[in-house]
Formats: sequence, C-alpha cells, structure tokens
Amino acid sequence: MNAIVSNLAQPVGQPKTAERDLLLRVDNVSLSFGGVKAITNISFDIQKGEIRAIIGPNGAGKTSMLNVINGFYHPQEGTITWRGEVRRKMKPYEAASQGIARTFQNVALFKGMTTLDNIMSGRSLKMHRNFLWQMAWFGPARQEEIEHRRKVEDIIDFLEIQAIRKTPVGKLPYGLQKRVELGRALAMEPELLLLDEPMAGMNLEEKEDMSRFIVDVNQEFGTTIALIEHDMGVVMDLSDRVVVLDYGKKIADGPPEEVQASQAVIDAYLGVSH
Amino acid sequence: MERAMARLPGAAASGEDTFPKILLRNAQLFGNRTAVRQKDFGIWQSWTWSEVRDEIRALSLGLKDLGLEEGDKVAIVGSNRPRLYWSMVAVQAIGGIPVPVYADSVAEEMAYVLGHAEVRFAVVEDQEQVDKLQSMGEQVPSLTDILYDEPRGLRDYDHSHLHPFEAVQERGSRILSSRPEASAEWEAGFAKGQGTDIAVMLYTSGTTGRPKGVMLSFDNLVISARNANVFDKLDETEETLAYLPLAWIGDHVFSLAQAYLAGYCVNCPESMDTVDVDRLEIAPTYFFAPPRVFENMLTAIMVKMEDAGRTKKKMFDFFMDVARRAGEKILNGESVPAKDRLLYALGEFFVYGPLKNRMGLTRLKVGYTAGEAIGPEIFRFYRALGLNLKQLYGQTEASVYITLQPDGEIYGDTVGKPAPDVELKIADNGEVLYRSPGTFVRYYKNDEATRTTKTEDGWVFTGDAGFIADNGHLKIIDRAKDVGKLTDGSLFAPKYIENKLKFFPNIKEAVAFGHERDKVGVFINIDLTAVGSWAERNNVNYASYQELAAHPEVYRMIESNVDEVNRDLASEPMMAGAQVQRFLILHKELDADDGELTRTQKVRRSFIAERYAPLIEALYDGSSSKHVRTEVTFEDGRVGAIEATVEIRSMAAHAPTGSTQEAAE
Repeated sequence: MNAIVSNLAQPVGQPKTAERDLLLRVDNVSLSFGGVKAITNISFDIQKGEIRAIIGPNGAGKTSMLNVINGFYHPQEGTITWRGEVRRKMKPYEAASQGIARTFQNVALFKGMTTLDNIMSGRSLKMHRNFLWQMAWFGPARQEEIEHRRKVEDIIDFLEIQAIRKTPVGKLPYGLQKRVELGRALAMEPELLLLDEPMAGMNLEEKEDMSRFIVDVNQEFGTTIALIEHDMGVVMDLSDRVVVLDYGKKIADGPPEEVQASQAVIDAYLGVSH
Repeated sequence: MERAMARLPGAAASGEDTFPKILLRNAQLFGNRTAVRQKDFGIWQSWTWSEVRDEIRALSLGLKDLGLEEGDKVAIVGSNRPRLYWSMVAVQAIGGIPVPVYADSVAEEMAYVLGHAEVRFAVVEDQEQVDKLQSMGEQVPSLTDILYDEPRGLRDYDHSHLHPFEAVQERGSRILSSRPEASAEWEAGFAKGQGTDIAVMLYTSGTTGRPKGVMLSFDNLVISARNANVFDKLDETEETLAYLPLAWIGDHVFSLAQAYLAGYCVNCPESMDTVDVDRLEIAPTYFFAPPRVFENMLTAIMVKMEDAGRTKKKMFDFFMDVARRAGEKILNGESVPAKDRLLYALGEFFVYGPLKNRMGLTRLKVGYTAGEAIGPEIFRFYRALGLNLKQLYGQTEASVYITLQPDGEIYGDTVGKPAPDVELKIADNGEVLYRSPGTFVRYYKNDEATRTTKTEDGWVFTGDAGFIADNGHLKIIDRAKDVGKLTDGSLFAPKYIENKLKFFPNIKEAVAFGHERDKVGVFINIDLTAVGSWAERNNVNYASYQELAAHPEVYRMIESNVDEVNRDLASEPMMAGAQVQRFLILHKELDADDGELTRTQKVRRSFIAERYAPLIEALYDGSSSKHVRTEVTFEDGRVGAIEATVEIRSMAAHAPTGSTQEAAE
C-alpha cells in the first residue's frame, strides 16, 4: 500500500468519541433586556471540531444565546471563555474579527450584489491593503484580491454554486440564498460557525443538501459549528451534542439520544403548565 | 469528391491507427497547442497535447502497477472531465477496453451493464458514483478497484481498493523517475496494437430489452472520425464543448476520436448547469446539440425580444425578415440581390452578430443536430442567421455517421447523403440498411442480437424506415416497427405525421391511427401556453383546458394546421395516401401521471388506444361528436374523472401533387 493512499485512509478530523479541546465555555451567563430575562444562569461548552445544536421552543432564548456567543450582546452576569481567555466587552468590529462567523434566521445578504461579490464581502476583514491601494489597478492590492478570489472560488466549488456565480442574489430562490449566506460566513474562515436556523423555510431536498454541506464543512474544513434548528430530525442526525433551552433556562445537555429521552425536554416541547 | 478526399493519407496510412499512437503523434505535432480545457474554480484550466500525453502516461503506468492487464474492461462513470477522457486512452494503452456508462442511470441498470461487461476497474467522478458502485457488490463480482477524481466526502472511506486519481498517477510518475526506460516500454506496449483491436464498448440504451454492448474497433472510430473531419474540413484549430454523456457514441466521436484525429481542443464545462455560460466563453467552432437545445435557445431569445423596447423589437423584426429572405441563400453561396446583401450586412452588425454572440455561436464553423426531427422553423432561424447548422443521421453501431448534409445541400426534411465510405440501401419493408468502415464489430456476449442486426456481408439494420429521395438524400420516416399500412395499401408512418403536426406551435402532442384501417385519424393536444396566449390576445374567454380545447375558434385554427399538413403530405408520393381525414382535439392533456406518456414525454400509443377506445371508434364511424368520461390523476395523487363531449372533424384530402422536395428556403 503506498503512502499517499494510506495517508488518505486516515480520517483527518478527530474521532468523534475522544475528548476534544475546549473552544468556548459559557459560565452562569444571564442576559436581560429591561425586565425581560432572556437567558438565566446558563452554562455549557463547545468543543473544537464538534457540531453543537442549541434547541428549544420559540422564545427559549436561542438566538440571544448566539448573540452572546458572537459578542453582539454582552451578558450582565457570568463569563464567556473563548479559546481559553475570558472575554471582555467588545466593540462590534473586534467581535467580528475574533473568528466567529454566523448566518441569520432571515437571510441577510446584499440583494443587489452577485453571489460572487457577496461571498467576497465575507473576506473584507482579511484584506490588508488600504483603500487608496485598492483604487489602483496594479500593485499589491490586486495581488491580494486575486488571493481572496481564489479562496472564494474554493467555496463556490465546495457549495456547488458555480452556475449562480454572477447572478444577483435577490433573484435566487430562498434555498440558494441560504447557501450563499453560508458561503459568505465560510469566506471568513471562521473557527466557530454559528448557524441560526439554516433549514428554515426549506423543502426536503434543500434541507438534505444543506445538511450535507454542514457535515462537509465540519469534516473538510474542521470548522466547529453551533446551530439552532427546529427540525428535530436534522438536529438529531447532524449534531454531536445538543443543549436544550426553555424560557431562558438550560433543561438538558448531552448527546442527541440522551436529550431525546429526557422527560424535561419532552415536557418543554409538548407544553406542560409551569 | 468526398470519397477522393477521404482517401488522402491520414492517420491509418501513416501507421497511427490507435488512439494511444495518435496521442504520441499529437504530442509531437501539436505539442504546445491546447488539447483540453476544463473550467474549474472559475478559470479555464488548460493542458497542451504534450501535457496530456504526460498525464495519460503516468495514469497508464499507475493502472498497470495496480494490476490492470491487457483485455481488462474499465468502467468510466461521470460527467465530461478531462481525467475521464484521459482514462479511456490510458486504458487503451495497456490493451484494456474502456466502457463508458451513463452516470445518471440508476444503480440497478448500471450494475447490469458493469456485470455484463465484467469490468475490473472503474474510474469515476465523485462520491456519488463510488457509493453507487460499492452498493452493487456481488452483482459485479469482477470489479476490484475504483479510482475517483473528486475526493470530497471520501476521506473516511476504506481505501484498500479505492484510489484517488492523483495517487495512481503518482505511482506512475514514481515508476518513471526510478526507471526512465519505463516510458519507452510503455510506448512499445501499444505500438504492437492494431486498428482491428477493440477500442471501446458502448452500451446502447435500447427502448426494448436489456442494453447491448456495442464493440467498436479502433478502425471503426479512426476511419469514421477522419472521414468526418475531412468532410467538414475540421483541423487542429477547432474548439468544441464536451457536455453530452460520455457513454453516448456522439460524445465519444466528437470529443475523443475526431479531436485526436484533428488535434483540436475539447472544452469541459464547469458543471452541467453552467453549459450556456461556458459555451458563451468558449464560442465553439464545431458544435453538436440535440434539437431541444436549439429550441430552448430560440425560445429564450424570443421571450427576451418580447420584453425589448419598441425600437429594438422593430429592428429585430425587420432584420429577421431580411435574414429569412436572404440569409440561407448567402450561406449556400447562391445569388442574392445587391440590396438584400447590403441589408444583410447591416443586419449582421445590428442584430445577427449580437444574437450569435449571446448564444456563444459567433465562431461556429459547422454545427450539427440529430437524434430527432428538428422543427423546420427552428432550423431555418439558425441558418438564416448565417450559422451553418446541419443535420446528420447516425447510430452507435455505425460509429455515428450514416448520412450527413453536405454544405450547400441542406433540406429541412432529410438527413443528408451517405457519409464518406458509407453505402446505403432500403429493404423491401422500408427499413434502412448501411455498410461502412464504422460498422461495429459485434455485440458483446450477444451473438443472437449481432446476427439479427448485422448480415454476413456487413449490412446493418437501422430499425428505422425511410427512403432515398430523388436528390439522393435520405429521409427517415419512422421506427420501422411502427410503420404500418392502410387498408388500401398506402404507407402509414404515424410519427412522421405526428411530427409534422407538432411543428405547429399550437399543437403540443398528436397521436395518429391508421394501421389496417381505411383512413388516418388523429388525436390532438393543444399547447396551452401558445393557444392560451392567442386566446388572451383575441379576447377568447375560457376557464379550463377542456373549455379552450373545445372552442370553435380553436378547432378552426387546428383545422387549418391539419390542412397544411395534408397539403404537405400530398406533395410526397409515398405519403400522399396517408393524409389526415378525421381529427379531434382531446379534452385533456396527455400526461405521464396518467400513463399516457412516458417519463421522457413520449406518447404511449397502445395505452392511449386502449384508454380512448370509444374516441377511436368515433373517429372511424363517421359521427361528429362523442361523449366520454375519463379518469384522471391529479398532481396530488387524487383520482377524479372528467366528462366531455368531443367534436370530431372530417378533412378533405388533397390530390397528390407529386413534387418531391423543397429546399429549406
């Protein structure tokens, strides 16, 4: 057996069962807007290389949790440890450049721009030349642009959206727009990718495609993924671990099969008077 | 003339009678010319002939090292990618036989083909195909190793018998660097190969029964390809787009055989969805497409023109009139008034040029269409623009070419004259037979089929009925088994009549009856889009398909269409007896959900005859209307019934006018 083949035979990602490094830890975090307590005293962690799902009924605080994770909200209580360092309050710019990318519940793309330009915009934080350089046709900015374009083309190839490269995204069907949004998030080469309901409003075929891409992103690029999703079938199939929120509180945390069997989760979903 | 040209010294005469040998010739002759391009990551990546030789050599040595032996069959599965084409020649260089298969066929069908061909190796595109092949397991016991091009998703697979394409090439390259003489040995290996060796096995889809493996020799392909190149004066400067299935003989000949013979460049699109854009970027000089591609392009243009501003629309209409009047004549080199010539030149600048550019046909030297009948209007449109679009008639068993339309002799309703070195004859029952250097060797492991298709002295039954018109052009009428006779003995070719009817935009589908009956009767389905838009323009109100179909104005319109078809039929001596004498417009659209059409939208004649027996009866008993009740399946699967009273019209037949053909303008 030759070396190349045997090398490839080894899975590149780390085995799912082994203990992994901690990427992010949330300790006793609480967040409130005036009198409304969105998140109460929640702790969980995200390990490097896993797919972590956050689920819960409507209004459970899932999106708020994502906003806390990516630094958009700063919790009143508790700490967030990102790559081993306790995070302080950040400006949005700092939050964006720390290596966490996200997609939104409602597609938030530049509708008038093409797929290519939208994904290129995901690289803007990685462009180093100032705008004077970028105005010139020749020079280092051009070289840099070529490098970025190459990365973007990798993503276009990966997501199989070659045919819509030059199409304004506003003209695309919803399922494809979601894919472009994923592409833009990937263009940031994030360490942690947050997906807020990636399958919302999709038909079965689009869901299957999207699931495939999420798994591929995780395996091929080794990107850690945290996702919110209502489709339980998708969640149970894709994720390594699931955390369940209800009314801002954590009610379960563990592997899918364990969470599925938990009485508290069943009650939360079926509705039990509190 | 063509024959004389075909005998000019070519590859075979100079000893290059197999593709591996021709590859070496090309690497020497056209070393720095681009042989193949593939759009990948948004850029056209290209390889010169000498690079292609190196790629193929490395792969070939790697395959040999993996244990591939002379005579082994190798399945090639995937879309049009340079690496898959290289695999074919790499396999041939070891003395193996490539077996390209349709990538989109379901696992069961593919398993049959691969099992029947006893393939040992497979070269596939991606994970999807790897999964499909691995699922076949014991159905293809001979299959040992799989090579794949696209590694995505395959990382965690067991790689003991699964190899990335690069890894196999790497093996080859290592052998070359450790033993430089390996290259010469490789060349010596196929230098002893001959033109009579089997080059490839292609499985024909076949409408009935299991697919058959057509074995083609290097001579079959090399001589046919060389003849075709000479016929259309194709050389190393051509550019083509490879986008039709690898397992189809057409692609094999256009994108491999002819490309190797002439040394021209084959371009592989980025994906199946980007073909239109890729064609625009490449602007092929030699291009093949089935009629539906040309239809779709034309529809797209017409729809866009409807939305264009008034000035543009006027200009388009004016110059298209000029083109219809003069374009074809100019293309055929006939004389045209100076004024038209001038207008045509202006039109070229304002309209035709930009149109051709949009379609990616600016540089087109010659284009072909085949497979089914193309609407005369569509065909004329392209020719009027100055595009040399032609028709051909071919088969897998013939290495494509049976007949071709020579430049300047283009008739919309015939498929051309016998291709160089091809002999034609018509059997007593009207079936077309041919004999040519491209005639296949035999079917693989199916001597019975070989015997019934190919005679001892090399004539092959096409399965199509046709005749040779006075001008020497072949005209195909129908599948031989569908051709029948009326009770008065006149020839009845249902598809021929149906196609003539379907060329009218108002008619979507037609089903003709008449075998062993006294006259021809036809069911017609109107085209809801075309007739609906006519209704809108003419203030005709309707609530449903059924109501529109029964509208007297619609009947009048269809009646005039049928009459025109009759006049057309009357002008053809063989067909004059089979004019449509009775027709009705069906009260529902023929639908695959109801089993009336196949999934590929072909009419299921016998099923329809059974289902609408009362209507057929009404066609022949002289009644003028008939009440029917038909069960239908709705899109959500519910079953309901529709009732209608269908009107039946009688038509007067035209007297035979006898003149044979009319040039396509």
